[in-house]
Amino acid sequence: MTPLFQILAAQDVAPEVIDRIPSGYSHFVIPFAVGITFMLCWLLVGCVRLLAAIPRHDRLTFFKSLFIPKTIVRNLKDLFGDCLLHLKIWRRKPLLGYMHSAIAFGWFMIIVLGHIEVALFVPKRLSVTNGGLFYPIFYRYFVWMNPGHTTLRGSFFFFLMDFFLLYILSGIALAVFKRFRSIVLGMRHTTKPSLADRVALYSLWLIFPLRLLAESFTADLSGGSFLTVGVNRFWHLLFGDKLWFTPCWWAYSISLGLFFVAMPFSRYMHILTEVLWILLRNAGIKPNHPRKGVAEAEIYACSSCGLCLDACPMNVQKKNLKYSSVYFIRFLRRHNEKKISAIADKCLMCDKCHALCPVGVDAPALRRAQRATENNSLPFDYSCISAVDTGLAATGVWAPDASRPVRVNGRPDALPPDPSPQESLPDASRPVLYFAGCMTRLTPRIIKAVESVFEAAGVDYVFADREGGMCCGRPLMLAGRNDAAAKLIEANKKMIEESGCSTLVLSCPICYKIFKEEYRLEGIKVTHYTQYFNELIASGRLKVEKTDRKLVYHDPCELGRGCGVYFEPRAALGKAGTLVKASMEYDESICCGGSLGSLTLDVKDRAKIAEASLKSLTAGSPDTIVTACPLCLKTFSEAVANSGSPMNGVAVKDFAEVLRG
Amino acid sequence: MVDFGFGLVPSSRINLDLFDREKYDKLTAIEPDARICISCGSCTAVCTAGQFAHTSLREALDDILNANPDKALESLRSCQLCGKCAMVCPRGINTRHLILSIIKVYSGE
Ligand code: SF4
Ligand code: SF4
Ligand code: SF4
Ligand code: SF4
Repeated sequence: MTPLFQILAAQDVAPEVIDRIPSGYSHFVIPFAVGITFMLCWLLVGCVRLLAAIPRHDRLTFFKSLFIPKTIVRNLKDLFGDCLLHLKIWRRKPLLGYMHSAIAFGWFMIIVLGHIEVALFVPKRLSVTNGGLFYPIFYRYFVWMNPGHTTLRGSFFFFLMDFFLLYILSGIALAVFKRFRSIVLGMRHTTKPSLADRVALYSLWLIFPLRLLAESFTADLSGGSFLTVGVNRFWHLLFGDKLWFTPCWWAYSISLGLFFVAMPFSRYMHILTEVLWILLRNAGIKPNHPRKGVAEAEIYACSSCGLCLDACPMNVQKKNLKYSSVYFIRFLRRHNEKKISAIADKCLMCDKCHALCPVGVDAPALRRAQRATENNSLPFDYSCISAVDTGLAATGVWAPDASRPVRVNGRPDALPPDPSPQESLPDASRPVLYFAGCMTRLTPRIIKAVESVFEAAGVDYVFADREGGMCCGRPLMLAGRNDAAAKLIEANKKMIEESGCSTLVLSCPICYKIFKEEYRLEGIKVTHYTQYFNELIASGRLKVEKTDRKLVYHDPCELGRGCGVYFEPRAALGKAGTLVKASMEYDESICCGGSLGSLTLDVKDRAKIAEASLKSLTAGSPDTIVTACPLCLKTFSEAVANSGSPMNGVAVKDFAEVLRG
Repeated sequence: MVDFGFGLVPSSRINLDLFDREKYDKLTAIEPDARICISCGSCTAVCTAGQFAHTSLREALDDILNANPDKALESLRSCQLCGKCAMVCPRGINTRHLILSIIKVYSGE
């Protein structure tokens, strides 16, 4: 059977395109052919190695996901949206988005159209044995347009090719401009390119101008459209009748070859690895090592675009730029162990870089995996928490086992306070369990306000850790101590399940995140108090008095980006006062600086971050800053107290306090 | 030697000759905050793990200086890294990293 395109091509009696060079080969293609072969081999070996390194069941999940219709649709959407059109960047920084999509989408179109042209006009050249590797790339060199026989179809392709070349060139022009004046494209900080990056970068800049040069030089023979023919006329004006075009094609081929050879060692590998990462990501496979398996696809998918530099709250100080995700990933690629661990320990785990990354690289998760390689195996001893056996189920309030002599505050014989006697809990009459968590217990004003809200709404609740409790385990996980965290999770889970509660209310976003994600509490609704109180208001159980206060709400990292809770706190606060905007909010909110995520950031650096965050929050001149996290509350209270006069009038309050007037 | 009966109870004897300068330098290199503790005990007062088993960062730091690293490790082995101590420390010490670093430096050989 003759393929359709051959029938189409055969319709013209006199050929429109003549294969000018019978062998379909010329020496100038060598640099390109070598470069692309090298790169493709490298890519193939890399992919095989990578897929071999991920656990078997993950690999199966991955292959299966490629046939699930829903995942296919999502893959296609993400591949087009993220890799080619760069929609995520468009949304944030339109000019930068234009630049990225011009180069990516334009290049993609030129390659696709080039192949279509060959398929239509000289189909035999598509086969690999006939130069299929390079022929479509250098198509214009090899063909001669039969004058007088150019059809509309041919002109259409000429136009498209020129159009996309111009589109790419405009992107390249912006890219060159960005190297020198990045702020115009909305970037305060840009990455420092490595050596391979530089080689690839400069050859990339050259590829398309050289393509224009080569194609315009040959336009007499191979034809062209508005751009190539126009430029061709100009060359004739300059150089007279004869244009010696072979050197231009050599230069074009060399720039391509150089680019492809440098590609595996440079950030540009992301153009291809991004595809693999998107497929793996959509299959739902998570990295469990900072460097191997899925993580490898992830770190090679980073384009070093540098958007995470401006996102990172640590970068209010220039000296901390080196701790950004982009450099973390670069050092992971280079196996620079010392730097990797220093960078991993510094991060606040605020997740902003992940939220804003155009390819969805989850650098904070890689950092946690890195921390785990060092900290997970450190010894610990939690035998003491087995005391939890006699926990909530019996007393209504969990408390340490009094029969177990422990030393408190270094005094050998002191026993923990006796648990206050409580009646046991029947399921229905005590449906709500309130777990304050370590941080809230250190901030009694929040507990007071939460209890007063419960009382005002007539909620029958049990205060799980009134007399003391364990940590939720999230801080351990943030430090990479997963095994230790699992012990605490197990003990807490038991305590909660035995309580027979139907709803678990948490006032700390750090607790909320881990209770929601890791505890798997069957049949128990886990809510943050902002969500729960908002429900109480909506159902009319809780009355809130509207005042004329101007409130600004701070999105805590773990609650906003961490759990996607943005709406409920704002809805509730809207009933208690007027909400004003912060300059950065929702997923752009700036960490308060107090985060438990960072292991090594010192107080001075944290204070600078708090300052930046306050500046954003006070942009709409509110009179109260509202937080929904004990750690944010403390950090902001201190920062406001320490700051100069303009901040003095601003009060920092907890969400529950504001609801109580 | 004549025993005058004035010896120290072995358990409270401090033998500074046993102080491991090398390890201490290593500790202060990775977490310089180890030097600025004023032994106020705030960390111990609020400690989450302290409700269950003896846990004290203050004591651990003193024990290290008193050449008793094993006791220091014992004071930290139940720590849950909850960060309450960091919230109250008047010196702004990075307590969680300090605890991790002590365990790292003194428990490995
Ligand atoms: S991690 Fe994401 S945002 Fe950061 S440089 Fe890489 S691709 Fe860009
Ligand atoms: S998680 Fe936050 S602090 Fe850490 S690198 Fe990303 S933006 Fe910076
Ligand atoms: S981090 Fe450890 S030492 Fe500090 S308060 Fe929490 S449990 Fe105690
Ligand atoms: S609170 Fe800080 S200064 Fe006080 S004993 Fe603990 S670590 Fe030392």
